Amino acid sequence: MKLFPVRGGVHPEYRKERTSESPIVALPLPRALYLPLQQHIGAPAVPVVAVGDLVKKGQRLADRGGSVSAPVHAPTSGRIAAITDFAAPHPSGLPQPTIVLEPDGADAWTDDLPSPIADPLDTDPAAIRERVAWAGIVGLGGAAFPSAVKLQLGTERTIDILLINGAECEPYLTCDDRVMREHAAEVLDGARIMARALGAARVVVGIEENKPQALEIMGKAALAAAGVTVTAVPAQYPMGSERHLTQAIIGKETPARKLTADLGVVVHNVATARAVHHAVRFGRPLLARVVTVGGGAIKDARNVEAPLGALVSDLVSFCGGLSRPPKRIVNGGPMMGQPLPSLDVPVVKGTSGILALTTEETNERPSQPCIRCGTCVTICPCGLVPVEMAAYIRKDNVEAAAKIGVRDCVSCGSCSYVCPSHIPLVHYFNYAKGHLNDLDREVRKRDHISTLVEARRSRLEKQAEAKRAAAAVRKTQEAATTDSEARA
Amino acid sequence: MTTAFTDKSGPFTHAPTSVQSTMATVLVALLPATLFNIWLFGWPALFLFAVTIGSCLLLEAACLSLANKPLQPAITDGSVVLTGWLLAMSLPPWAPWWVACIAAIFAVVLAKHVFGGLGQNVFNPAMVGRVAVLVSFPVQMTAFVPPHPLFSLRAPGLIDSLRITFGGGTLDSMTAATPLGHIKTELSRGIPVGTSIQQVPDLLDMVLGFHGGSFGETSALLILAGGAYLLWKRIISWHVPVAMIGTLFVLGTLFHAVSPDRFTSGLFHVISGATFLGAFFIATDYVTSPVSKQGQLVYGIGCGLLTWVIRTFAGYPEGVAFAVLLMNALTPIIDQHVRPRVFGRTRKGDPLPIKGDK
Repeated sequence: MKLFPVRGGVHPEYRKERTSESPIVALPLPRALYLPLQQHIGAPAVPVVAVGDLVKKGQRLADRGGSVSAPVHAPTSGRIAAITDFAAPHPSGLPQPTIVLEPDGADAWTDDLPSPIADPLDTDPAAIRERVAWAGIVGLGGAAFPSAVKLQLGTERTIDILLINGAECEPYLTCDDRVMREHAAEVLDGARIMARALGAARVVVGIEENKPQALEIMGKAALAAAGVTVTAVPAQYPMGSERHLTQAIIGKETPARKLTADLGVVVHNVATARAVHHAVRFGRPLLARVVTVGGGAIKDARNVEAPLGALVSDLVSFCGGLSRPPKRIVNGGPMMGQPLPSLDVPVVKGTSGILALTTEETNERPSQPCIRCGTCVTICPCGLVPVEMAAYIRKDNVEAAAKIGVRDCVSCGSCSYVCPSHIPLVHYFNYAKGHLNDLDREVRKRDHISTLVEARRSRLEKQAEAKRAAAAVRKTQEAATTDSEARA
Repeated sequence: MTTAFTDKSGPFTHAPTSVQSTMATVLVALLPATLFNIWLFGWPALFLFAVTIGSCLLLEAACLSLANKPLQPAITDGSVVLTGWLLAMSLPPWAPWWVACIAAIFAVVLAKHVFGGLGQNVFNPAMVGRVAVLVSFPVQMTAFVPPHPLFSLRAPGLIDSLRITFGGGTLDSMTAATPLGHIKTELSRGIPVGTSIQQVPDLLDMVLGFHGGSFGETSALLILAGGAYLLWKRIISWHVPVAMIGTLFVLGTLFHAVSPDRFTSGLFHVISGATFLGAFFIATDYVTSPVSKQGQLVYGIGCGLLTWVIRTFAGYPEGVAFAVLLMNALTPIIDQHVRPRVFGRTRKGDPLPIKGDK
């Protein structure tokens, strides 16, 4: 398959070999599962169970909280011990509403599962979307955007290609690699079902060339699947970025503020495709995911299939615990992952990796003055000038940074990664983006208030007008009456 | 666990790059040409080299402590050593010690620290130092000696060498013009290029460096080797050197074709004087050149153009330092106007149109 060049990017040390050859192992059921209501982008889910309820595996615990939202199901059977605030897997570690489930050990399925969709490749696309929404599937590559919403893109646009993202360009992470190697048929079946939902004629699976086994196994499996192409893409971070992968495959840049769907391409992760396969073929909701537990401070790094809600500390101790104190605990990959404040946070739908990184691995140093080497400009996959944006942001001139494109930054981290002065460029950009979002919210609020004020003013005006009109009518009537009385 | 874990956003891995290693690579690239010229010009060159770098280091330390800034890592990051090194390479090899010291004051104090230290300076410190002493002390700065290779019969002994560098007033009849200077002088006397070019060292000596000139710039070949090393190590990219040398070559060749008596050839421009040192080591200075590749092309073309104009029409035989300084002044403007195209946007910054959209 002909590929197209993608500008910029870096070649980080991949360090995948420690986990890429060890098969996925299931995590033994922990003592408690902590299921946050917000594991996805959008509105939090709304609990439909009460404390003390006994639930079965697969039973719904919380319902969708809006059109962009996802339900939460019980990963195993047990008792609802609490619905309370618990530390979120977020750098802040702030508590968020969480359902605490105490497993009973029976792991007994509920009888209330929907029946498999017969012949999903010929069924009504709406039925597939509905099933995916029911299953609580979100983007398992890390973005955690509700997949059913993304499958709806085909209703307003013509989608030509469903692009299955097996790039896995983040260092350390091998969960997608293992899923492709061990469950190729499931991934491809899920992909074809999703393509049906989108109305896409073709499925393209993009895998970075540093995963030759996955390429081979998926390629073989694709021979049996009509309309599916498996292709190697260059190992060039951030190849796994939706827009960049799309460019590599179809050669078109997604316009700013548009979606890849506007070019006829929808991108889904390999693990998401597998989850769709389970939901459609077996009527099973999303209950677990594969997590790469790695980094130099983890004793036995490997890929773990963990029930949602398991604590990070459960995963770490299952992997032999920490061999030495880590410098950072990272949720996700080292390039775009988020630092975690502690191990006592749950694994959620978007957790692709848990990394305990040593000081040598993070290679953090105090930042030095910028020497304007321009490497950040050369490697920026978005064509930005990080050095200049950072200079503006340092002076808190966020608007100037916005003018030269800080909003177009995808926070891939390539610039910080190469900076010889170790300047935390992405940190600056994240700050600026947060600040700009606040400003936007402020503007929207002001606009909203001014519309309300305007509406009130015109309403009062109308009332006054009506009163005046009524008074005028009364006056003429009165005048007419007195007139006729006088005449009489 | 403490919040020390979450005090910064990613990435949590880093390329094995640092300011120190970048500077060290440049110094390594300069080493062959430097060693060759120390051999070629003898002990005085070595003394001058040491005095220049030494005074730059001392001045850097003094400026840092005046500004209440920590000495580490500013002193050891190699940037000031590089400034001193390049400055030494741009001085006549037998220049007296005080020329080097004054040049160092201009370079480190005025060009670098007055602007705020590393990364903040608008002008290339080494070139500011060189140009300042060139205009102030034209006699000392144009007293170029022919090669006096170490341990050869013509070479001054250790004591004589100390007298040359530190004694002062030993500038005698030993001086010889650089090839560029010779042609300039002859032209002003009405002698055409075609005649005067016969008297400069032949092409091979020019390329190898066996002729008079500034301490570090005579051997085009070794400088070129250093430049190639920097390209290979990806410390610099081809844009500035190719644009600068290319412009110089094209202009030289064109005008030489039109009037060979008035204009020297493109090849002569390229291999003489500070062209290679300037194109690979001076104009590519990170701090004072544009950050984008497109901008670097514009900047390189400007450097080449100005070098040719100054060499050909101005009073000085050599124009690289002036050209680079003038283009340094334009760098902020180039950076403002020449940016890469943002992903998903047109050059103007609007979102790309979608096919079928209006």
